[in-house]
Amino acid sequence: MKQLIWIMSCLGWFAVAANAQAAPEDHRLKVVKAVQKMYPAIKFEDYVHGALAFSPDAKDQYDAIMAFPPYDAEIEKGAKLWETPFKNGKRYVDCFPREGKNVAGNYPLFDAATKKVVTFEMALNQCRTANGEEPYKHGDMNTMGLLTAYARTLSDGMKMNIKVEGKEALAAFEAGQKFFHQRRGQLNFSCAGCHISNVGNVLRTEYLSMAPGQATHWPAFRGGDYALFTLQRRYAACNQMVRLAPLEIGGEEYNNLEYYHSYLSNGLPLKASVFRK
Amino acid sequence: MYQCSTSIRAAGVCLILLAGFMQTVRADESKVPTGQELAFDNRKGNCLACHAMPGDSKAVTSTNIAPPLISMKERFPDRAKLYAQLWDASKANADSLMPPFGKHKILSDDEINKVVDYIYGL
Ligand code: HEC
Ligand code: HEC
Repeated sequence: MKQLIWIMSCLGWFAVAANAQAAPEDHRLKVVKAVQKMYPAIKFEDYVHGALAFSPDAKDQYDAIMAFPPYDAEIEKGAKLWETPFKNGKRYVDCFPREGKNVAGNYPLFDAATKKVVTFEMALNQCRTANGEEPYKHGDMNTMGLLTAYARTLSDGMKMNIKVEGKEALAAFEAGQKFFHQRRGQLNFSCAGCHISNVGNVLRTEYLSMAPGQATHWPAFRGGDYALFTLQRRYAACNQMVRLAPLEIGGEEYNNLEYYHSYLSNGLPLKASVFRK
Repeated sequence: MYQCSTSIRAAGVCLILLAGFMQTVRADESKVPTGQELAFDNRKGNCLACHAMPGDSKAVTSTNIAPPLISMKERFPDRAKLYAQLWDASKANADSLMPPFGKHKILSDDEINKVVDYIYGL
């Protein structure tokens, strides 16, 4: 018996060493299949609409707003930030392949050199500092927020394509996974309690969106005043909703969370700067 | 569908009105909230986030997360059981989404008793 356990654990170890992606991929499929089982009528591609997928009425309202987004001027401001050359004459397009088109779906990625998760926002800041500019604050919606509101639209239609390769990447993924599933705070909620276990149920007045698809459409312009929310600002809002002190936007905990959370959206098309309630 | 969504919208409007109402209640320090107020207030019990209360026409919610709180006296002849469910729902169901109101000091003992009295009447 002991021997069998030993052999089994060796096999397990080889499996992990050979392909770190197997465990994340199994996990993602499990999460997606659970949603499909509960809501067979909702197409996988429509998971990007989140809570709207459960409410044709809200989806109609969304479509109407998206036809002529009232916040277009904000995206224009972002375009200006993106296009203005740095003092050294270089531009953001020089930092990314394909001049920044169809790149955002590769982020967050795991950088083996620094052993850290790199979000798209971090890559934008790296472009700035490499060209002698000050980095933006990740939580500043008037700089970083606006810049991403445009820069991410260049990847509209690209499918989310997060990779977890190697032991250290897997550890970062697992840290994010743990964050998503761990209960926290006075109210004892986890992200998963709402966005995996209660998908499609109504919390007082709000349908709860499914985790797969949640990472595809940022930033979002929210509410009556179309306030700009990056994905991590939305994390902070969900933390606050359950009376938890939000963590640092752009900090390592949220970055790992975004790595795991974005992986769950793999295969789904990106669409930046959408309207959300 | 249309009818249904109208009523959801109406529910939303009611909630906003209700929230405004509760704001004034809270502002008035001298007034001690009732069991019903504690149950509705989203900074206190917030029971309506997850439970419908078909027996109280003032309880406006569209939720379907948890069983509706109805016929409580018949279903919980032992009041202590009801109190225990509010104190720490994870005792009965380790995976429960319901916050542990007593154990995590979300509501005081006195407040839990008031909420229990209130839902016992439903
Ligand atoms: C008590 C319930 C609850 C908890 C816990 C919770 N959320 Fe949410 N979340 C909501 C509600 C309600 C919304 C708005 C409706 C929707 O889009 O699901 C929302 C929306 C979101 C959205 C936006 C989805 C979209 O398409 O616009 C993201 C992203 C999100 N939550 C992530 C998280 C993360 C990450 C955590 C944990 C840190 C978390 N949530 C914890 C209830 C919750
Ligand atoms: C975030 C969700 C949530 C909130 C808020 C919540 N509950 Fe619950 N409650 C549940 C769930 C889910 C159940 C189903 C059993 C379980 O999983 O624990 C439940 C079960 C119960 C039960 C047992 C019902 C039965 O028929 O067996 C009672 C009684 C109850 N809740 C009362 C309350 C009261 C009173 C409040 C407010 C002070 C409240 N709950 C707030 C989610 C919630």
